[in-house]
Amino acid sequence: MAQSLTVENLNAWYGDKQALYEINLHVLPAKITGIIGPSGCGKSTFIRCLNRLHEVVRGARVSGRVLLNGQDIYAPRADPVLLRQRIGMVFQKPNPFPTMSIFENVAAGPRLQGVRGAALHEVVERSLVQAGLWEEVRDRLSQSGASLSGGQQQRLCIARALAVNPEVLLMDEPCSALDPASTLRIEELMGSLKEHYTIVIVTHNMQQASRVADYTAFFLEGRLIEYGPTAELFTRPQDPRTESYITGRFG
Amino acid sequence: MSHYWRRRLLNYLLLGLCVACTAVAVFPLLSILFYVAVRGFQALSPEFFTQMPRPVGEPGGGMANAVAGTFIMVGLAALLGLPVGIMAGIYLAEYGRGRLADVIRFMTDVFTGVPSVVIGVFIYTVVVTRMGSFSALAGGLALSLIIIPLVTRTTEELLRMVPYTLREASLALGATKARTIVSVVLRSAAGGVVTGVMLAIARAAGETAPLLFTALSSRHWSLALREPMASLPVYIYTYAISPFRDWQVQAWGAALVLLLTVLGLNLVARAVTRSRYRY
Repeated sequence: MAQSLTVENLNAWYGDKQALYEINLHVLPAKITGIIGPSGCGKSTFIRCLNRLHEVVRGARVSGRVLLNGQDIYAPRADPVLLRQRIGMVFQKPNPFPTMSIFENVAAGPRLQGVRGAALHEVVERSLVQAGLWEEVRDRLSQSGASLSGGQQQRLCIARALAVNPEVLLMDEPCSALDPASTLRIEELMGSLKEHYTIVIVTHNMQQASRVADYTAFFLEGRLIEYGPTAELFTRPQDPRTESYITGRFG
Repeated sequence: MSHYWRRRLLNYLLLGLCVACTAVAVFPLLSILFYVAVRGFQALSPEFFTQMPRPVGEPGGGMANAVAGTFIMVGLAALLGLPVGIMAGIYLAEYGRGRLADVIRFMTDVFTGVPSVVIGVFIYTVVVTRMGSFSALAGGLALSLIIIPLVTRTTEELLRMVPYTLREASLALGATKARTIVSVVLRSAAGGVVTGVMLAIARAAGETAPLLFTALSSRHWSLALREPMASLPVYIYTYAISPFRDWQVQAWGAALVLLLTVLGLNLVARAVTRSRYRY
């Protein structure tokens, strides 16, 4: 079931360098939230704080709270491994496991949770259908995931993320390595996925944010400058920096 | 001379130099292969693998005990050395940061360069003198010390070549770090690691010096690990420098068997690692 995410006073560092400052933001369930901003503004760092992948980097640390359905994912006893089974992620470059077949790629997550046999086949099929890839790959599930085109690989990665049945789906510039046609497919896919999943998407493509996101947050130099319904943010920005960014004066 | 012709001439000159150097490098290699094959072939027969060495002057006989001995001791070395080398490689690639890891990495490099005779003397002092006798066990141990640093470094380097994004993809699915290393990182690097392992084993199979001080040799059929054991490299050494004509011929035969074993290991490695998927 789609869940809300509440971010409170989030700060993040890489070693001594602070990347995020006092972020407060409420991500609504079953909606698409877009994160925009120029390169290096902390968008990716922010999204990686939401599934505790930021801390995997050497020297990286975080302070503040992130509440998933009211529970702090940074609480001392919270387990990042269990958390990541509830929050799926799709990366900038399609990264299917090269040594695994299409089937095994999608099955990797559920297998970790002990799903086997017929149930596993069901999950794989369901996830591939959800990711809009089933018709294209149903006859070659045992082929390498790397044999697919870039756009198909990214949908395979989406299917892989959906297979663990997450409550939130994080997408870190999922279309930046794809051609316009594949981008369109993935944007359509996001529209159908948001019924069941809370989606947070980082994009440096403002048109993409305005096309797919229900809410948009604008980041600049590690700070959240403005956050609101997408239509409002793009037509009546409250902050002059937001306005100059969306009108293309920098970035 | 125009600039154009000067450029072309220089190009041909340097290209010719590269080809010549390649020929110089490859020629000895091919001659060794050819020479060993021709000389060794005369000595090879089914008897070589089934018969025991005969005393001087008695024609015929084989090296069954040395063939078996080499397989046993190299197997022992692999059994002892591979887990250590692979685990150490995983540590260095996935966990090893800071001073401790740098020291280990440096020591491993030094270790790789230690002359094998030194390893032989070391095991002689530490194991053979304490056990009171030369033994296959000591031989296997000495060979494992050859294998460990080679495997450690190749494993580390190959694991580092696995793209970081694959580790992230696995972690993001809720896999633990250990699980990620085994199912994604090691599995992606498996082909290279197996090749590295085979090369290290091949290297150990050809070592003579460490065995002279540890397993010594034996004229008898012996599979006991606590007793001296025959091996192909040591037989090649003793037979080749002997004054007897048929012993010298047999040394060539042993050399050919060793060469074919190493070649076979490499072919197996290639076949095994021709995985279905590549990236």
